[in-house]
Amino acid sequence: MTASTFESAGAIAIVREGLRQSPRLRRGLGVTSTAALAAAVGRVSVPLLVQQIIDRGILADGGFDGGFVTVACAAAFLIVALTWLAHSTTLRRLVTASEAALTELRVRAFAHVHRLSVADHVERATGAMVTRVTSDVDALARFFEWGGLAWILNSGIIVLTLTVMLVYSWQLTVTVLVVFSVLPFLFRAIQRRQLDAHDRLRTDVADQGIAFSEELGGVATVRAHALNDRSRTRLLGAVREVESSRVRANRYMALSFPLSELVGTAALGAVVSVAAWRGESWGLQLGEVVAFLFLVNLLLNPIAELSEVLDQTQTAIAGWRKLLVLLATPIEIVEPDDGRPLPDGPLAVSCLGLGFRYRTGEQVLHDLDLDLGPGADVAVVGETGSGKSTFAKLLVRLADPTEGELRIGGELVSEVAPAERRRAVRMVPQDGFLFATTVRENIRYGRDGSTDADVEAAVDGLGLRWWVDRLPDGLDTELGEHGGRLSVGERQLVALLRAQLADPGLLILDEATSSVDPETERAIAAALAQLAVGRTTISIAHRLATAEQADVVLVFDQGRIVERGSHDELVAAGGVYADLHQSWLGAVGAE
Amino acid sequence: MSSLYVRGARVLWRTIRLHRVPFSLSLLGTMVFAATSVLGTVALGDVTDRILIPALEEGEVDTGTVVAGVAVLVGLSIARTIGVVFRRFFAGMTAARMQRTLREELAERYVRMPLADHRRQSTGKLLSHADTDVERATEMLNPLPFSIGAIAFLVFSLLSLALVDVWMLLVGVVAFPIVALVNRVYVRNVVEPAARVQALTADVADIVHESYTGALVVKTLGREEAEVGRLRDTASSLEEARRRVGSLRARFEPTMQMIPNAGIVLLVAVGAWRIDAGAISTGELVQAVALFQLLAFPLAIIGWLLQQMASSVVAHDRLDDVLGATTDVDPLVGSLGLSTGPLAIEIEALRFGFDEGGEILHGVDLVVRPGEVLALVGSTGSGKSTLVQLVAGLELPTAGVVRLGGVPVPDLLPDDRASAVGLAFQVPFLFAASVRDNVVLGRSVDDAELGRVLAISNVDRFLDDLPDGLDTVVGERGVTLSGGQRQRVALARSLVGMPRVLLLDDATSAIDPTVETDILLRLRASLRATTLVVAQRRSTIALADRVAFLQDGRIVATGTHDELLATVPAYEALVRAYEREAVG
Repeated sequence: MTASTFESAGAIAIVREGLRQSPRLRRGLGVTSTAALAAAVGRVSVPLLVQQIIDRGILADGGFDGGFVTVACAAAFLIVALTWLAHSTTLRRLVTASEAALTELRVRAFAHVHRLSVADHVERATGAMVTRVTSDVDALARFFEWGGLAWILNSGIIVLTLTVMLVYSWQLTVTVLVVFSVLPFLFRAIQRRQLDAHDRLRTDVADQGIAFSEELGGVATVRAHALNDRSRTRLLGAVREVESSRVRANRYMALSFPLSELVGTAALGAVVSVAAWRGESWGLQLGEVVAFLFLVNLLLNPIAELSEVLDQTQTAIAGWRKLLVLLATPIEIVEPDDGRPLPDGPLAVSCLGLGFRYRTGEQVLHDLDLDLGPGADVAVVGETGSGKSTFAKLLVRLADPTEGELRIGGELVSEVAPAERRRAVRMVPQDGFLFATTVRENIRYGRDGSTDADVEAAVDGLGLRWWVDRLPDGLDTELGEHGGRLSVGERQLVALLRAQLADPGLLILDEATSSVDPETERAIAAALAQLAVGRTTISIAHRLATAEQADVVLVFDQGRIVERGSHDELVAAGGVYADLHQSWLGAVGAE
Repeated sequence: MSSLYVRGARVLWRTIRLHRVPFSLSLLGTMVFAATSVLGTVALGDVTDRILIPALEEGEVDTGTVVAGVAVLVGLSIARTIGVVFRRFFAGMTAARMQRTLREELAERYVRMPLADHRRQSTGKLLSHADTDVERATEMLNPLPFSIGAIAFLVFSLLSLALVDVWMLLVGVVAFPIVALVNRVYVRNVVEPAARVQALTADVADIVHESYTGALVVKTLGREEAEVGRLRDTASSLEEARRRVGSLRARFEPTMQMIPNAGIVLLVAVGAWRIDAGAISTGELVQAVALFQLLAFPLAIIGWLLQQMASSVVAHDRLDDVLGATTDVDPLVGSLGLSTGPLAIEIEALRFGFDEGGEILHGVDLVVRPGEVLALVGSTGSGKSTLVQLVAGLELPTAGVVRLGGVPVPDLLPDDRASAVGLAFQVPFLFAASVRDNVVLGRSVDDAELGRVLAISNVDRFLDDLPDGLDTVVGERGVTLSGGQRQRVALARSLVGMPRVLLLDDATSAIDPTVETDILLRLRASLRATTLVVAQRRSTIALADRVAFLQDGRIVATGTHDELLATVPAYEALVRAYEREAVG
């Protein structure tokens, strides 16, 4: 099924598909259900047995029967104990199975999001994707371990009670069923609105999350502009929205439970009326009718309990649906099963008729032809929106070309084994995102399985020992959330160290547009020069110096390569690049 | 572990006090429900006597009696239903209101708590307090009115049992210590794993949040698998913790369900013995059984409440950690106003260090004269950004003082401070709102003023490229804009209201040099604000009246660019380094 079919699928279809995708949930479900059924039998039979003890042992025609009461009481105790065992087993098995399945689901959903293209990441709010992996899965867990048990147990009790009823009188059973058949219609009528109210609630809860996330993330900005009141107003507004939509959703929950009560009483009334009217002609005994009324009462509890978990079920299914939709979002970049290796050393890059178009239809690259030998030092320049960043993304396969072909080291990029590509092709992005751990760990992320010695070697290799020594705890300096303790320039140094660790044959540098303080700037330049040795380097250049030093400059304009050649050639040619050069000179000359 | 019950009771009492009306209505519903339940049992007996016995044994029953009997049954049931609807609706409302109360308190706390506290805690943790912790903390409120109503049931049933026989009463009474004991054992064992579940749930959220925020880097490093492994580890620990709670539940819940059933069988057994002894009649035993069945119900409900209480109290403890923090109010909220006219920035013997690291500023002395543009130059880690934040009043000095127009910054009214000071960061934070909203930020700004700040910051130059111009909604944290565009928007925002002091913390670093120059020239021409600008580019430094050179947390030299170039070798080295890089 595709994402869009899930969005419109009914609850049953969602549950079926959800179960299909979680084999660990299905495994052993037979045993669990049997245990649950046994617990249900136990729960029904104790009151029935007590009823029998009173009828036959205490109120019997022959007077009080002590022997029967003793034996029956012993039997009842045994049933109570066995019921405990069955109930406990059911719960334990349910928890084990659902927790295992949900960890799987959580990890799968998380991994899927990472596999989505970068475009998908921009389109979806981070907060919403976090919700899928966290609260939606939690809602499912609650459902399986509370609601799920209630469904199995109570359906069992209902079936059993109805069976015993049939033994007493099929006519009265039919009467009860006719009255109860109203319930599904009533529930369905409520369910529609309840579902809408729940959707609304979930949206409001998500908005509340976004509000908190933004106001907390931007707290420095808030304080700098003394926007505390605005911040407060926004948060309180979101909180109140959640409150009112919760109260609204709760309205339907408050209704659904007593409805079954009401219908249950109607059933009692119907049984009394029908028995009074036709009972004698059907040969019904008073004891039978009284027992029957007792059974109708027994039926009320499980039905009420089911309507109780209906609400929880709705929430869980809504979350499940969203998870399934996410998991069904197509992965645009499909890695080859058995990919091709890349040669060691510097890598050649070539493309033929390369084009790229966004799903929205916007064409950002047109018909690129290019042939770069191994070890080339290339600078790509162009205005924002010229397609140079997209070109870089294609090189590291953050997206696949929509036309033409792109080869690295002679292989089609889409056919290269992912592990090979990650080893040999490395991009240093503009913003070196850091994780909340030590500098050392952050560098180590450059290559799986790298040792402390590798990290040290990378630091020395790029001549950054002095920088590391200046950090409070050297490589073991703990970075705050998102690496908050390092400057933008220092974050780039870490990104470069990561690349050094990976030792790629093709290095793509997305040069930071931000200027950095001169000292760090110099450190970056020196490290870059070291890093580039013996590799093919493609720099998305924002700096004059980078373009000047490159062997080849590629000038992008509106998705095409409009000029190519060395810096000097291009300046002499007096085209787009010459203009760009002029404006750079102007900026530097302003000093 | 009795303290847990005490704490639980305290939380409950607070809720009841704060949300009296919905709680009372819910309790009223419970009372109606209780009364009609008891009456319903009586009515059913009556119907048996008056309708079924004549109909089935005498073959004769008056239709009117049947109708009346059924009407009473249905009538009682309708009353009962209304009671239940009331109880559930208002219990839900009480819980929703209490959630609001807690979230309002958190919001208030987050808005007022010192920036330093914000820095110490991850956004993910603060978020999970407002989200799951609040949900958990209020979970026990749903069964609350029901439990209190159940006490009415309890008293009624026990009194009636007492009227039957002392031994019968004993069976009923003994059920309570057992329920209490089972609960105690459960709660004592479950507190620790339940707290662990909640902590790990927050950890999972943290990992997911961080990993998705850095998704691009994760991709380019090819770390998807490693990230998945990281999540899997924590998720597995969470699974383990939840299974521990589950296995405790698997012993607790069946036991709680067993108690009423076991009690009834015990009652019958004891009753049989009492009948044998001639102490009670068979009729009395039947009555006692019916009464005990009524008793089973409150037992279950109260047990349910106590079970929820454990995790609710744990969640409350987590909330109290934030809400009850010692530094209650941002220390940077003063009460003094500012005079009109240009303002000087005076910094005297200023020292500052983050509590988790060493001292960063070791006694800074600096004066920026009214209307002057001063460039602050220094290498990375010299403390430039920190100094700017202290001037802006975002941090509190450890020693020394910063004065604006003669008033120490911490003593200023926040609104006065904010309207006098414009501050723009190197990494701006944009809200997922329109460009206009991001500039205006809810302040009252007329079109002329808006046009002015958009022109100075050169935002107007890229508006035409945006799909909806000024009303274009930028993505989360402004992702749909380039870094330079984000900085320009943030700059425009800081210029609203003609600030008299302008602090630019490398706020134009991502902006194209030609545009930057234009911005700086316009700033000089139109604003005449006292300006402290952290400068990296020589073009920026060139526009300043004076330069202050910051080295290792001290101002080592001030003067014009040329003076410093001539007299301070370290300054010359730093600036020349950049020059070499820029020109190649």
